[in-house]
Amino acid sequence: MSEIAEKVKKIVVEHLGVDEDKVTDTASFIDDLGADSLDTVELVMAFEEEFGIEIPDDAAEKIQTVKDAIDFISANA
Amino acid sequence: MRRVVVTGMGMVSPLATGVEKTWESLVAGKSAATRITKFEVTDLPCQIGCEVVHGDGTGRTFNPDDWMAPKDQRRVDPFILYGMAAATQAVEDAGWTEPSEEEKIRTGVMIGAGIGGLQWIAETSLILNERGHRKVSPHFIAGSIINLVSGNLSIKYGFKGPNHSVVTACATGTHAIGDAARLIALDDADVMIAGGAEASVCAIAYAGFSQARALATAFNDTPEKASRPWDQDRDGFVMGEGAGVVVLEELEHAKKRGAKIYGEVIGYGMSGDGYHVTAPAPDGSGGYRAMEAAIKRAGIAAGDIDYINAHGTSTPLGDEIEFGAVKRLLGDAASKVAMSSTKSAIGHLLGAAGAVEAIFSIQAINKGVVPPTLNLDNPAESCTGINLVPHTAQEKKVKVALSNSFGFGGTNASIIVRAYEGD
Repeated sequence: MSEIAEKVKKIVVEHLGVDEDKVTDTASFIDDLGADSLDTVELVMAFEEEFGIEIPDDAAEKIQTVKDAIDFISANA
Repeated sequence: MRRVVVTGMGMVSPLATGVEKTWESLVAGKSAATRITKFEVTDLPCQIGCEVVHGDGTGRTFNPDDWMAPKDQRRVDPFILYGMAAATQAVEDAGWTEPSEEEKIRTGVMIGAGIGGLQWIAETSLILNERGHRKVSPHFIAGSIINLVSGNLSIKYGFKGPNHSVVTACATGTHAIGDAARLIALDDADVMIAGGAEASVCAIAYAGFSQARALATAFNDTPEKASRPWDQDRDGFVMGEGAGVVVLEELEHAKKRGAKIYGEVIGYGMSGDGYHVTAPAPDGSGGYRAMEAAIKRAGIAAGDIDYINAHGTSTPLGDEIEFGAVKRLLGDAASKVAMSSTKSAIGHLLGAAGAVEAIFSIQAINKGVVPPTLNLDNPAESCTGINLVPHTAQEKKVKVALSNSFGFGGTNASIIVRAYEGD
């Protein structure tokens, strides 16, 4: 697992209070990990903080799975 | 009118987490006042308070993890955390954690706060200034506003009856219990979870209350001496924090399910001073009329009251004005009543005060003990003729107890609870 993927998964576990093994690449924040719309905003903020990037609102809306987050951050960090 | 009884109680106080643990310390004459540890107080005129000390839940400490998942704790101001902890205790105590769908629709919540999410509002305004709006938590609004103890509790248990909240400063807790009891009496609900929560031991609250000249400032080196209602050396209130919540229930509903009954809410009275934003009306007419209205509603005589849990905040003006109003109201019966201020031990919990003190009043009924007024070394000259229970708790048979709460804006509320002894 890349360093980015590892950090992303750690943030997801912490913020959503879910088990680590549920945070697979294809897991959807809302459908699989029990997040609501406020949680997803908070997650994006946590990613921005951790990786020192800015994720614009239109890009944030497209980040729906763990892999979406890893891909966006890998391309922009 | 339908009769309303208390079937569950919960509390987070500066003395302990839980009603019984708090009561033990209270009647033992312990004070929760210390030098402030939660924020820097060096420049403040008042450097003491009654904090809810976070820890592992033993002794006087409060363990947040016992009541809310860590991820959820980050999403609410501490007042919601305390409110949820007290409410959860009360619901569990009443055995009302798993009502049927129909019963959920007949169960409501009315838990208020005087100020609400002040800590988080203050912290967020700094973030906004320093880092911009994109760094503000999406949970900030729903984690700060006052009705969100009621909201979160209804979500936790699926309570779908009236969902309401009270905001009447330091009278909040009393108004919440009184108003919720009326909703049951008027058949809007069969069960109401009611009370108040506050977490105002924070820098911005100390700054504001200090500027209003409301806090005790002469006892920074002897914090446990600072809250001294009716004493000649009193010079302001001592801030406290926490939450108190009761489960109110229609009498027949409670009997049918075999619930334990702590007491019956028989009277509730309200009034406004129409006088000043912070100072009580000098003639005490506001408090007098609230108590008078509660007595009338209860259908009792003033002399039937055995114990009064006073508002008694330890401020120079308020204590003697309340004392005078009680004395006029009781007349010849004043010599038989016991009146104490438990703020002498736990400080002033603002919006939670009335709820916590109503619970203490109910405890007095059930335990046959009235809690003391600490630090009452030399009562003010005008405060004679009523037993103010100085220093130590007293054994006393209490059948009827009255609790007073008065708030900024000139809002007054009194509630009367009677022992339940069957029909």
